[in-house]
Amino acid sequence: MSLPSLPSSFGAENFKLSSKYSAPTRRPIEPVGRYFLAHATRSLRGHTWSEYEKIEAEKNVSKVDETDEDADLGDEDQDAGLLAHDPRDWKTADLYSVLGISHLRFRATEDQIRRAHRKQVLKHHPDKKGEKGGLDQDGFFKIIQKAYETLLDPTKRQQYDSVDEGANVAPPAKGSDYDFFEAWGPFFEAEGRFSKKQPVPSLGDINTEKATVEGFYSFWYKIDSWRTFEFLDEDVPDDSANRDHKRYVERKNVAARKKRKTEDNSRILDLVARAIAEDPRIKLFKEAEKKEKERKKWEREAGSRAAAEAKAKKEAEEAAAKKLAEETAAAAKADAKKSKEAAKSAKKKNKRALRNAAKDNDYFGDASQAEIIENEINFLIESFDDLQLADYAAKVNGADASAAKTILSDAVKEQTSAGKLETSILKYFS
Amino acid sequence: MSIIGISFGNTTSSIAAPTKDGVEVIANPDGERAIPSALAYIAEDEYHGGQALAHLIRNPKNTIINFRDALGQTFDKIDPTVTERSAHAVELNGKVGYKINKTEESLEEITAQKATVRHLEQLKHAAEDYLGSKVEGVVIAVPTNFSEAQRAELLQASKDAGLKVLQLISEPTAALIAHTSVENRLEEDKTYVVADFGGIRSDAAVISVRGGIPTVLATSHDYELGGDKLDSALSEFIAKEFEKKYKVDARKTARSLAKLKDASILARKTLSNVQSATISIESLAEGIDYHSTINRLRYELVARNVLNQFTGFVEDIVKKANLDVLDIDEVLLVGGVSNTPKLASNIEALFPESTTVIAPSLDSKASYPEELVARGAALQASLLENFDEEEIKESLAPVIVNTQHLSKAIGIVDAEGNFVTVLKAETTYPIRRSIQLDAPKGDVLVTVVEGEHSIKETVLEPAQADEDDEDDYSDEEPEVVREKLYVPGTKLAELAVRDNQAEKVEVSFNITKDGTLHVSAREVRQGSVAFKGEVTHA
Repeated sequence: MSLPSLPSSFGAENFKLSSKYSAPTRRPIEPVGRYFLAHATRSLRGHTWSEYEKIEAEKNVSKVDETDEDADLGDEDQDAGLLAHDPRDWKTADLYSVLGISHLRFRATEDQIRRAHRKQVLKHHPDKKGEKGGLDQDGFFKIIQKAYETLLDPTKRQQYDSVDEGANVAPPAKGSDYDFFEAWGPFFEAEGRFSKKQPVPSLGDINTEKATVEGFYSFWYKIDSWRTFEFLDEDVPDDSANRDHKRYVERKNVAARKKRKTEDNSRILDLVARAIAEDPRIKLFKEAEKKEKERKKWEREAGSRAAAEAKAKKEAEEAAAKKLAEETAAAAKADAKKSKEAAKSAKKKNKRALRNAAKDNDYFGDASQAEIIENEINFLIESFDDLQLADYAAKVNGADASAAKTILSDAVKEQTSAGKLETSILKYFS
Repeated sequence: MSIIGISFGNTTSSIAAPTKDGVEVIANPDGERAIPSALAYIAEDEYHGGQALAHLIRNPKNTIINFRDALGQTFDKIDPTVTERSAHAVELNGKVGYKINKTEESLEEITAQKATVRHLEQLKHAAEDYLGSKVEGVVIAVPTNFSEAQRAELLQASKDAGLKVLQLISEPTAALIAHTSVENRLEEDKTYVVADFGGIRSDAAVISVRGGIPTVLATSHDYELGGDKLDSALSEFIAKEFEKKYKVDARKTARSLAKLKDASILARKTLSNVQSATISIESLAEGIDYHSTINRLRYELVARNVLNQFTGFVEDIVKKANLDVLDIDEVLLVGGVSNTPKLASNIEALFPESTTVIAPSLDSKASYPEELVARGAALQASLLENFDEEEIKESLAPVIVNTQHLSKAIGIVDAEGNFVTVLKAETTYPIRRSIQLDAPKGDVLVTVVEGEHSIKETVLEPAQADEDDEDDYSDEEPEVVREKLYVPGTKLAELAVRDNQAEKVEVSFNITKDGTLHVSAREVRQGSVAFKGEVTHA
């Protein structure tokens, strides 16, 4: 079936509507089957077709992902040396490499070991090798089976893990130039696998706090290791014919194990001691401690130093105050003298002004009584205090005869009423 | 926790459970996969299934059969004749029940609902024994004309039997789901006739499947027609033979009748599989034994009238749906009677060659017709497992279930002016469908039209009879070949695809919930632009 070409008369429009389609009929659909349920789900949730498809597609994706995990387990290739390894010496082969999981080693789970073994069997089964011509090439297969047997048995696996050189990390060579954390971190991490107590604290970095660092080293000094050395045992002869020899070998094995264990323990302790000696943080902590000590000492002496300072300051202040007091006293004395003299002269001047008030005004026309007036003015002046004296002096100064007389009369009245002047002694101004 | 599907019939019931890869029909402890819906009582003992059915001869008064249709009905609505050879249906407080004499003195009244509870309990035990886990949820298939009252009573009975009903589905759709569960048959847009021939009644439904969603277009029920009718015809034949031979009427006593019936059922079932069957009845009447053989041809002659009624029943349902036999893509025969070879071949003759009739005698790969309904129920149960109760309830709401269906096919016109169907008539929407067609380079025209159909009858000239061929009967009547043709009808819209570079153009029809038909066409090429338009309905 094919579509026709567009007739040239169609025009520029892309869509031409001609009529509506026939009215639909409403009927119940049968609520069965997955297409109905899909329809119901879409209608209820208001999904469009594409949204629904997307949701369904995502459901499928997650299912696929779950099954693909660990698919490449055991895909590592073994080197020629390992492939040619003598099956009688299987104990010396790297059993994890044999199963193709040398990147996992003691971290491999039982399931991973099973799967890796299955892959190796598929690859190395003698039946498969036979196809390629090499008929007696089942040596490696034997090693695979031994490895599987060993690694799947928890006890045997622990014994093998104890001596698995592939998982060991060498400590940095003494005297070489290296970064402490880069060099020692992996070592402690690898050694940590032997600890019965898990998790093992980590080495940390240069900023790790003192308490944590001390905890780390004390953990390593007290480490409780499950490492055993049965795997390196010399094979015990299985025949009952030579029992003595058998027991001798057994005893030798036990002694060897003990010796290795002791050696291993002292090796760890030595290395931990070395690490402590090299740890830059320990040096930093020591320096910090020293500084702290100095700081404390300085703080302790601070009391006496402050007392001495305070005393000196006080003495200086006292001397200054004394000096100042002396100076002011001297100045005050001079001032007092000056003002006294000034007051004296002012008094003299005022007295003269009052005396002269009568004299200059020709005794108010009563020159005959000049002596009496002068006497009485003297009495008046005597009765005045300093303030009155200045006041009246100012008043009479410049006043004419009658005004001066009135002022003086008023002053007499004031003084007599105040009781400062006896009326009896006055004649002219009474 | 397990879920199962139950087909609950008048005559037999079946249980099926979803398994890892499909559905398994569960046999009861007696090994019956089609478990007779029968209960029998003697003293304190209760018998169920085939064991109860055996009581119809010795102990008919205390045997309950054919109680499914009585569930939730008033006495005046049911046909009491279906119980004439067992415990008679009587009126109990307006409901239908049965009076059972467990012992001489005691008289117990058992309602149809109580019988249903006991029956469902037995089915549940059988399923739990087989699955080894508790049955929690169940999907039960019921006839399309089961009333609300009947549904309510069935739900109550299931609850009393300790079964949580996830959904009640109709029998024909259950059978269809089971039939279409393989080879993605549900994805094909087809029109089916599902004819269910049971023991005492026959049901048929015309179901269109569009976009995987079935819609019932018409249903029809016949309470007279069923396997019992075939058995009666055969019983009559045996009785006549017996009378001719021994001058004794075997139709006088109930016991003789029960024996005749039992033998007829056995013979009928045997003849469905092999060409001849032995009928052997001990002491049929007056102590005389009956023994004879009957072949399939004889049986088909004896049952010819009844078999023709079945054919007529199917013919009627197609007419009732306002369809032509040419519209029917497949006829699915359901129910134990469908095993009868003549029944299947008669129906096959009714339909044109383009129609496939599915019955065991025509297609050895067809599943057992008596198990289809239970399988469908179990399939539905497995689908519902992922939904919670609330979601199922919401999904069955009228707003979801009642949808619009296209009254005419919609398609496009190809270069030769022929109609290419994209959406068939009775397609329910929302729907999305696209087709790819060859297209010329340059601008392309897509004409959207409704399809008009007509039936073309071609009279084939009888082949020139060979003079020597004396066995040639073909000149009796000329052969007429009928064909259904679709031609483009009302033009709805035209869409231009400009500057096509690709080999093919994809035309997509998407009718949204509101009935708007979105037409879009684009060349089948990465990054091509779609040309779009919308058509609404009248």
